[in-house]
This record gives sequence, structure tokens and C-alpha cells, in this order.
Amino acid sequence: MATLRHIRRRIASVRSTQQITKAMKMVAAAKLRKAQNRLESTRPYAGEMAEVIGHLAAQLKRKKHPLIEQRRKQDQICFVLITADKGLCGSFNTNIIRRLDGEWEACTAPEKYLVTVGRKGYDFFRRRRFTIINHYMDVFKELEFKHAQTIASELIRLYTAKKADRILVVHSHFKSAAQHEVVVEQFLPIQPVIRDRERFPVGFIFEPNPMKILDEICPRHLDVQMWRMLLENNTSEFAARMTAMETATENAGDMIKELVLFYNKARQAAITKELNEIVGGAEALKG
Amino acid sequence: MDGEKLFTLEIVTPTRIEFRGEVKHVRAPGVAGYFGILANHTPFLTTVKIGALTVQAKAETFYFATSGGFAEVLNNKMTLLVQSAEQATDIDVRRAEGAKKRAEKRLAEKNPDTDLERAKAALLRALNRISIASRN
Repeated sequence: MATLRHIRRRIASVRSTQQITKAMKMVAAAKLRKAQNRLESTRPYAGEMAEVIGHLAAQLKRKKHPLIEQRRKQDQICFVLITADKGLCGSFNTNIIRRLDGEWEACTAPEKYLVTVGRKGYDFFRRRRFTIINHYMDVFKELEFKHAQTIASELIRLYTAKKADRILVVHSHFKSAAQHEVVVEQFLPIQPVIRDRERFPVGFIFEPNPMKILDEICPRHLDVQMWRMLLENNTSEFAARMTAMETATENAGDMIKELVLFYNKARQAAITKELNEIVGGAEALKG
Repeated sequence: MDGEKLFTLEIVTPTRIEFRGEVKHVRAPGVAGYFGILANHTPFLTTVKIGALTVQAKAETFYFATSGGFAEVLNNKMTLLVQSAEQATDIDVRRAEGAKKRAEKRLAEKNPDTDLERAKAALLRALNRISIASRN
């Protein structure tokens, strides 16, 4: 019967889709583990670096470093959007894009720019009214520290050339395999974390001097922060893909169950019908 | 002996925490030359150059090859934020020799396209690694 064959074909098709989603889930899980290790080994360095900058900034009360000082004029704002290069990870990219859209609308500065990292964000915004001054693609294919350095140094150049008065990064922050959230972080000017002033020691010795050390440490700090944010985003992407593929595999399983039930019912109905026909025919022959 | 006073040392690199523990004395290459840190040192912050790092722990002494970064001493804790720090025993001498030859060749060629600063830094790092590995 035609319908029976149709159902059988559909079951086979759903099954092979399920196999693909299952494989993708396992690949994402393996990549997630690797990415998470990398992220967790970078976080302490990034954190310590931020703290050292805090100590230095606390020393320089009046004179401020050009990468730390907040500009009075806030006319040009640069947004950096970090998304994945690939889809099939649920609402991961959409959430980041939506957050950026909200921030953009809320921002009243006369000039706004966008820099995108990752293919998905670029593809989305290039068709809209947004000015994209720079975009980086395929950095997540093989994520390396030098990518972060390139991006960070180009952003620093943008800032020091006074083409942007503030640079904000929208990306996904990784908490655990089940939890990640979209956050907005200020990249430039650097916001030093100054912990409670009273316990701060006097007579700190600096070699050669705080300004010189800041000159060296600020660009390094920004490289590391960018690297950390790329890793955060990348790790969240794998977590999101793993969850999405897990759900897809489950859904396929449910679908197969339903189809098999339907198939068995249809088969049973066909057998009953055939039996009825045979019995009916035999009855008719008896006359 | 007063040398028993300890303080905490943490050597952090972008990829991992290389060392964490109680130590007696640390000698590190600062911008203004090598400096030594003992327990209860006054707050101190400096940039660190390529060089040798000597760490005296309770019983043993560790040697590291470092390639520059920052050092902070605060509240009896020293934090070294460096690009890399390799223990003398972990250094791949053959690789360092290779890097040395490459850097020397690049410097000798005098090609206008080569980044001289980078080649010089690479040579310094390689020489540093070789000299520290030979201490062991």
C-alpha cells in the first residue's frame, strides 16, 4: 500500500536526521570541553591584569592615561558585535543580535559604528541601515591569540585616532554548559577596577613609573581582554549548539515513535481489511 | 635564621598558572636590572624583561625562563604576569637552538622586510632558554 511505503520512507528520513544531530551534538560536546579548558586557563591572567591596572590607576589621581581617561565628548560610539560563524545553535546568535539592536536604539550619540566579529552578525546587519566599518570572519575556525591581538590593536587605533570615543563589546558570557548570557562590556576607555581605597597601601614603588608601566600594560591588557571575550563567546556557542542538538535529537526520537505507532496502526488496518475481504469473498462463494 | 619567612608566589601566563606556592626568595629580571624579593616586601610594581627567574621554595630552588611581562608585590603576595615561564627542566633545547638559528639567519640576511625588533626579541628568548636549560 502506498501510504505504508510513505510512512516507512519518512521514518527512515527522520532517523538519518537524528543520526546527524546526534553526531553534531557529540562534536559540540568535545569542542566545548576543549574551549572551556582554554577559557578557564585564560581567566586568571585576565583577572590579575585588570587588578594590576586598578592599582596603577589608583596611583594616578589627576593625570590619567589616554586609554583610561573618559572623554568629555561622547559623539562617536563604536559597537563590537561578536557572534558565531555558523548557525544550528538555537537562539544563540539571535539573542546577541537582538541585544545589540536594543543597545543601538538606546544609544543617542550622533555617530554610531559597528564592527562585527563572526559571520552571522555581519550577514544580518550588512543588509540593514547600520554602518559597518570593519568585519572579521572565520576567526572561530581556528581561534588563536593573534586574532585577538589584531582585533584589539585595530580597535585601539580607532580609539586613539579619535574616530570613536567609546567602544562597547556585545558578546556572550559563558557561565556553565547550561548557562550563558549576552553581556555588554566596555572595551575602551579601560574602566579600572578600584577596590576599596582605604586598604590601599601607601608608598607603592613603581619601576620605572606608573605612566610608563601603563603604556606597556594597557595594550597587553586589551589583547588579553579581547582574547577572553572571543573565548567566552566561542565556548558559549558550543554549549548552545550542544543543547540545540540534544533537543533536536530528542524531538526526532519523539517523531519516530509517533510515526512507528502510526505505521503499525495503518499496517494493522490493512491486514484487517484484507481479512475482511477474504472472509467476505468466501461467504459470497458459499452463496 | 630569618630566611624562613615565607610569602606567596603566583606565576600566571595567558595559557595557565605556571606556579603557585609559598616561597622564601624570588629573583627576577626587572627593567632596571635583576631584583630580589623577600617576605614582607613593600608594595612594588615593575615591568619584567626576558631573563632568568630564580625561585627559592622551602626546600628546593626552581629556575624559569621568562619572556617578559609584569611583576606585582602586594600584601605579602607576588604576582608575575608573564608571556611565558618555562621551568629549566621543561625547556626543549633543540627547539630553542632551532629558534636561535632562525633568528640569527634572519638578522644576518638584512632583508628590509624583516621586523628587526621581532627577530632580536626572538633571538634573546632563544638564548635565554638555552642558558637556563644548561643550568640544570
